Amino acid sequence: MNNPAISVRNLWKVFGPGGEKIPANRELSALSSAELLERTRCVAAVRNLSFDVAKGEVFVVMGLSGSGKSTLVRCLTRLIEPTSGQVLVDGNDVLQAGTAELRELRRRKVSMVFQHFGLLPHRTVLDNVSYGLQIRGAGKSERHARAREIIELVGLKGYEQHYPDQLSGGMQQRVGLGRALSGDPDTILFDEPFSALDPLIRRDMQAEVIRLHKEMGKTMVFVTHDLSEALKLGDRILIMRNGEPVQCGTGDDLVGSPADKYIEDFVSEVPRADVLTLKWITRPLADTTPRDAAVLNSRLIIRDAIPAVMHSSCPVLVEEGGRITGQIDRDSILSVLQAAEAAA
Amino acid sequence: MSVLLQVRKTAQPAPATVSEPRRRPSRRAILLLSAAAIWILGFLVLNGTATLALPASELTDLHRSLNQFNAWVAANRADNPLFLYVFTPLRSAVDAVASLFTTTFAATATGLRLPEIGWLGTVGLLTWIALAVGNVRVALLTAAVFVFFGIQGLFVEATYTFALVLTAVLLTLLVGIPLGILAGIYGRVARVITPVLDFMQTLPTFVYLAPLALVFLIGPASAVIATVIYAAPPVIRLTAHGIRRIPDNTREASDSLGTTGLQRLLTLQLPMARRTIVMGINQGTMAALSMVTIAALIAAPGLGQTVVRALQSLDVGTAVNAGLSIVLLAIVLDRVTTAASRRAEPGSARRRRLSRRTRTVLLGISFAVVLVMVQLSRTVLWAAAFPADLNLGPQIVQAVNSASHWLQSNLSLFTVSLREGVTGAVLNPFQSLLTDTPFYVLVTVIAIVAYALGGWKLATLATACLGVIIYLGLWSDSMVTLAGTLVATAVVMVLGIVFGVAMGRSSRVDQFLRPLLDAGQTMPSFVYLVPFLGLFGATRFTAIVAGIIYAAPVAIKITADGISGISPTVVESAVASGSTPWQVITKVQLPMARQSLALAANQGLIYVLAMVVVGALVGAGGLGYDVVAGFVQSSIFGKGLAAGLAIVFLGIMMDRMTQAAAAAPARRIPSKSTT
Repeated sequence: MNNPAISVRNLWKVFGPGGEKIPANRELSALSSAELLERTRCVAAVRNLSFDVAKGEVFVVMGLSGSGKSTLVRCLTRLIEPTSGQVLVDGNDVLQAGTAELRELRRRKVSMVFQHFGLLPHRTVLDNVSYGLQIRGAGKSERHARAREIIELVGLKGYEQHYPDQLSGGMQQRVGLGRALSGDPDTILFDEPFSALDPLIRRDMQAEVIRLHKEMGKTMVFVTHDLSEALKLGDRILIMRNGEPVQCGTGDDLVGSPADKYIEDFVSEVPRADVLTLKWITRPLADTTPRDAAVLNSRLIIRDAIPAVMHSSCPVLVEEGGRITGQIDRDSILSVLQAAEAAA
Repeated sequence: MSVLLQVRKTAQPAPATVSEPRRRPSRRAILLLSAAAIWILGFLVLNGTATLALPASELTDLHRSLNQFNAWVAANRADNPLFLYVFTPLRSAVDAVASLFTTTFAATATGLRLPEIGWLGTVGLLTWIALAVGNVRVALLTAAVFVFFGIQGLFVEATYTFALVLTAVLLTLLVGIPLGILAGIYGRVARVITPVLDFMQTLPTFVYLAPLALVFLIGPASAVIATVIYAAPPVIRLTAHGIRRIPDNTREASDSLGTTGLQRLLTLQLPMARRTIVMGINQGTMAALSMVTIAALIAAPGLGQTVVRALQSLDVGTAVNAGLSIVLLAIVLDRVTTAASRRAEPGSARRRRLSRRTRTVLLGISFAVVLVMVQLSRTVLWAAAFPADLNLGPQIVQAVNSASHWLQSNLSLFTVSLREGVTGAVLNPFQSLLTDTPFYVLVTVIAIVAYALGGWKLATLATACLGVIIYLGLWSDSMVTLAGTLVATAVVMVLGIVFGVAMGRSSRVDQFLRPLLDAGQTMPSFVYLVPFLGLFGATRFTAIVAGIIYAAPVAIKITADGISGISPTVVESAVASGSTPWQVITKVQLPMARQSLALAANQGLIYVLAMVVVGALVGAGGLGYDVVAGFVQSSIFGKGLAAGLAIVFLGIMMDRMTQAAAAAPARRIPSKSTT
């Protein structure tokens, strides 16, 4: 990652009186949340967090409620003022930015989609979507033309003159999405955007985000408490607990090698065959395996390998970067499926 | 006060004896019981001593020095820099605005009693304004009511009142909306402003008048300034509330797009708070009307003056006629501002039948018609002055007078016996219990009660308030006012509980009563005196009945909201376990609505106090009489001013004590659960 879109270093957010002293204080900053609350009446929502988000990546921040993930995402554009640390967006330090600079960042570079939509009830869909453009001074015809494009893109054509309270939750969030897209930002932050929606609509909206990401290639930081959503959308996932990072990696990293018991519990109900790649079940090459057997890429999802392995009379070879790294057979696939069944 | 407390106290120990022993309520009960014992013992043994009675015409040294202060102000008005550079210019500026409106709508200074734009022009213009801010229905109502003022023979008086209300409301908005915006945006401003507004709203309209007349002289300017002070709190409060109520996530979403503070105010906060702000304008307007009518006591022209004069000469017919005008004006102002707030509702645009353009065209055409009407009024006599042969005022007055005589002579058996019965059996004994007990005994009793309700702080406050009243030399008059207030509040609470429970339990009763109560609350305090004057004559009893009727709506509404606010699950579970309706009311609904009941008592008390004081106009004695007399006779001006102050301190004391009573149960629950 030579030139990350967002780079976060040693970020702290401490709520409470005198919170600004805690990150620098070696003794206090080492305390657990409960002890810290007891001793200083402060709550550290984000503690000493560092990570990079690559350009065009979907980076998911996951954790249970109260883990500090929403605070973290708000710290990125200083909707919540961080206590200490560094946030670089395109190499510029957000925490050092002046008011005008910060406003420019919010207007052009980073926009946000919210859990409860945050739409303006007194404005039509068209005016809600063009709100950001109005704020930065675009003329009426210009912003309406742009907003109509975006409205079509998010699938709301025909609803331009409706008011938010006339739309369903899913459609309201499409408006929120359109508002975030209208300014053509490089990065979009999502704060649990689909938690308030029905499961079916949530699935549609997830597909929508995947589609938009493919079409527009924006960098996305996506906060969620839903593991399946994280696995579905995330190129990489950061799991947080009590404001601290627990593990950061790709979906199959988390499922295949959980960093601790907490993550293990977390991912225990994930259907492993759907997430893990062949890499995780590859065994050393046996002498008996014929060298001309079928070859599969190690990054193939296990479930997608099932037909090839089941139809082959002998074990199948696994390659990585053009080199054979090992083999898999029916037993190795069945053991994964069986483990999933046992867990269920 | 202690009448209420005794009711509350006897209700309390009952559950205490059933459950495990609790220390605090029983200690409170002991304190309250001992206070009652001291009081009765003091009354019986020391009856008539140290009552601090001061005959109506007598003054204390303090009153005399206030008189001298009044004289000093009068003598130095012309050359004192404070007056020269602050008060007098302010007065002239307000006067200029007020006379702009009064000459336009009511009467020019030529003495012809003709408005600048004639009666037809006035009706036309006001109807057009109602159409522009509201809808066709309120515009027709406006036209009908203003024409009716002419038929009543009160066109000039009514338009005077209207012009003063308009002036005051415009100035109120000029002050109130910016302050409200500041208070809505900055928590610190709100923290400074809120206690001031709380305090201002506990004061009866009456007490603003004397100090303002002292500084700004009597007349329209003082009336407008008093009105602005009285009408500003609801405007400030609701504006701030409207802005603060905007959900955080909406605000955050707008911030995330990079709005500046001004952009946020213009695109988010003001549009989203618009409806609440217009509701504030509605409440402010109703408050303004109430104050402008009472300001007749400091020579504000208009309907108020007609009513005051009629009340003083016991001319029921004229009072009813003018009172009716006030009621109609209140209805028009309420309907028009309510229609304006409907229009301000988010999304109301899409429900309209007319497109914006058609509407603008129609308004333009109708405005042209108004201009024609104005022009007509300036050229033709019948359009300038309301035609005399349509003036049915004298006939209305006559008819009401004979109806009132008929009622008084035929219902006298009922009205007189009710009045005498209540006065003899309740009012007089209770009043003498307060006035004939030595003051030190009563101060002790009230201090003990205050301590029981709110600890040392409240006891100190109550004692201090009583100390000030004694210092003002008006102890005895204050006790007369207190007696009337407490009796009326007790009745108000009974009404509040009976009707509030009925409304809280049945939505049909609620639907039936609520519009009546809403209408009752919009009326200026003073018109309540008029019908009861017709029924009961000029006595203390009349003022108390008017106070009860004036205060009952607010108490009933708060109680009803408290009862219907109880979670339906709780009521359902009580019914499911086999409770009778009576058991549900007494064991579940009333105890759970206790806080609302205390709030109802608090608000009821403040309303009653306002009315009992105004009741001086129809023969209630006490502090109100001193205030009114102070306006009339400059020799007792000082006493009137002191009486105004005494009302303030009496009000503060009762307000804080009922508030403490409201807060106390909530405080007890956590302390019980922790032990």
